[in-house]
Amino acid sequence: MSSAPLAAPIPVPPAAAPPAPTAPARPPVAARPEIVHELGPARSGAAAPVVEKPLSLFERLYNQSWLRKLVILAVLAGIWEAYGRYLDNDLLFPTFSATVEAFFRGIADGTLPARAWSSLKVLLMGYAAGVALASLLTGLAIATRVGTDVLETLTAMFNPLPAIALLPLALIWFGLGNGSLIFVLVHSVTWAIALNTHSGFLSVSRTLTMVGRNYGLSGPRLIGKILIPAAFPAILTGLKVGWAFAWRTLIAAELVFGVSSGSGGLGWFIFENKNMLDIPNVFAGLLTVILIGLVVENLIFQTLETRTVRRWGMQA
Amino acid sequence: MDTDHPLLEVDGVTLRYKTRDHLVTATYRVSFRVFPGDRFVLLGPSGCGKSTLLKAVGGYMAPTEGEIRLKGRPVTQPGPDRMMVFQEFDQLLPWKTVRQNVVFALEASGRLTGKAARERADLYIDKVHLTRFADSYPHTLSGGMKQRVAIARGMAMEPDILLMDEPFAALDALTRRRMQDELLALWEGTRFTVLFVTHSIPEAIKVGARILLLSPHPGEVKAELNSADTPEAALRLESRIQQMLFAEEIPEAAENV
Repeated sequence: MSSAPLAAPIPVPPAAAPPAPTAPARPPVAARPEIVHELGPARSGAAAPVVEKPLSLFERLYNQSWLRKLVILAVLAGIWEAYGRYLDNDLLFPTFSATVEAFFRGIADGTLPARAWSSLKVLLMGYAAGVALASLLTGLAIATRVGTDVLETLTAMFNPLPAIALLPLALIWFGLGNGSLIFVLVHSVTWAIALNTHSGFLSVSRTLTMVGRNYGLSGPRLIGKILIPAAFPAILTGLKVGWAFAWRTLIAAELVFGVSSGSGGLGWFIFENKNMLDIPNVFAGLLTVILIGLVVENLIFQTLETRTVRRWGMQA
Repeated sequence: MDTDHPLLEVDGVTLRYKTRDHLVTATYRVSFRVFPGDRFVLLGPSGCGKSTLLKAVGGYMAPTEGEIRLKGRPVTQPGPDRMMVFQEFDQLLPWKTVRQNVVFALEASGRLTGKAARERADLYIDKVHLTRFADSYPHTLSGGMKQRVAIARGMAMEPDILLMDEPFAALDALTRRRMQDELLALWEGTRFTVLFVTHSIPEAIKVGARILLLSPHPGEVKAELNSADTPEAALRLESRIQQMLFAEEIPEAAENV
C-alpha cells in the first residue's frame, strides 16, 4: 500500500501546488461484472453428470475384507497341501487334507470337542477370576492414591513376567490340577486388563466427568454411568489382550501337564498325540487352537466392537 | 424486572487455583447479580478468569473469598439446577444417541423418568431443529449440531440458570452467527436465564442484555454495561468496550477500528 492521505496538512512551498496523492491503480467497479450462475445441467436433464452410481460387482466383492482374507487362506492351504505332498512324510509334515481329515475324525468321535471344552472351561474360570481381580484393583486405584501406587507397582512388576514362568511354583502350591492352571491364567489376565482399564479411566475427558457431576452424579453412579462407558474402548482392548494372553498361556501350560481327573485339554491332546507319533492329530489339535482363537477374537470381540465402540465412534 | 430478588449473586468472589508450581489468582473480588430472565455475559480477554468464574458458579470449585448464592442458597457443589454448556464438542455422551443424551440427563438427575422424560427430550430437540437426528450418535453430527444438542439438553433440564462457557468458540464463523441467532430465538420463546462467557465483543453485544467486563491477570470487574439494541448503538458500544479493555495497552487502538 502507498502512503495513506494524512489528516494534517503537509507544509509545502507556497509556489508549487501539492501533487495529487497517487492511489494504487484499481479498476472502477463497473469494469468487473459480477457473475451469478444458474445451477442447471448438473442438477437435472439427460446431460446430468454421474453423481452416484453403484460400483461393479468385482469392486464390491473386493471391498469385503472377509472375502479377501478367505482367498488368502485358500492360497495358504493350497501351498501347504502342495508342500506336504511334495515332502510325502506324514511323520514330519502331514498334508492339509490329512490334517483336515484328522480334524473331522476328531470332531466326529467327540475327542476334540471334549478336549476343547475342558480347556475352555478352565479358561473361562481363570478369565472370570482375572477380570474380577482386575476390576477390584482398578476400583481401588481410582478411589485412592495408595491404590494407584499399588496397581502401578504391581503391573510394572508382574506384566513383564510370562505367566508360564510361574507354573513350576503353581504346581508346588496347588498340585497337578486345575488349581495351578487357574492360578497362571489369573496371572496372565489380570495385569493386562488392569493396566488398560486404569489408563482408560485416566484418559476419560474432563468435560465428560464434569457433565456427569452436573447431573448430580457422584461416586459409584458416576463411575457406572459415565466413567465405565467412557473408558469402554480401553476396557475392551484390555479384555481382548487378556483373552489372547490367557489362551496362549493355557495351551502352553497344558503342554507341560494337563491331566486332571482323566481328561486333559487341547494342549494335552497335542502332547499325547506327539508322543504317539500321530502327527496329523497334532496338526488337527493345533488347527483347533487356531480356530477357537479366531472365533473368539474375530467373532465375539469383533461383534462386541462393532456393536459398541465403532457404533459410538469411540475407537481407541 | 424484580430487582430485589436476584437469582444469582456473586459476592466479592476471589478464585485461586494451583498449577504445578504456581498459585494463580483467577479473579479478584468479583461481584455481580443476575436476575431471572437475564442474558448476562462475562466478557474479557483470555486470562481474565471468566471461565473459572463460570466453573465456580457451576460448583466445580470453591471460592477462596466471597460467596456465590443461587436463590439465596450458597453454591457448594455441581447440580442440575445450573446446567453447563461447554465449549468442547465431546460434552455429549458418545455412547448415547441425541435423544438418549437428553433423556439420560433428565433421568440421571432425577428430574423426570420414562415417558415424561422422552417427551420433554423430544420437545427440546425439536426446538433446536434436530428432530431428524434424534436417533443419531453424536459422532455423526457436525460441531454446530453437537452444540445444539448440548443446548437442548441444558434447556430440557429447565434449570434455574443455564451456564454457557464459550459454546460457539470452536465453530466456524458462519455457523457461529447462526447459532447466536438461534439462541436468541430460543430465549425469546422461553425467557430462560443464561450466564454466557465469551471473549468476543460482538458476540457479547449480540447475545447479552447485560455485559460484565473483566480485566485480565487477575480478573477484576471493569464495568457492567447494558447491551445495545440498534446496530448503530452496537457499533458504538463495541468501540467503547474495546477502548475500555485495551486503553492502557494500545492507546490508539480505537482509531484503527
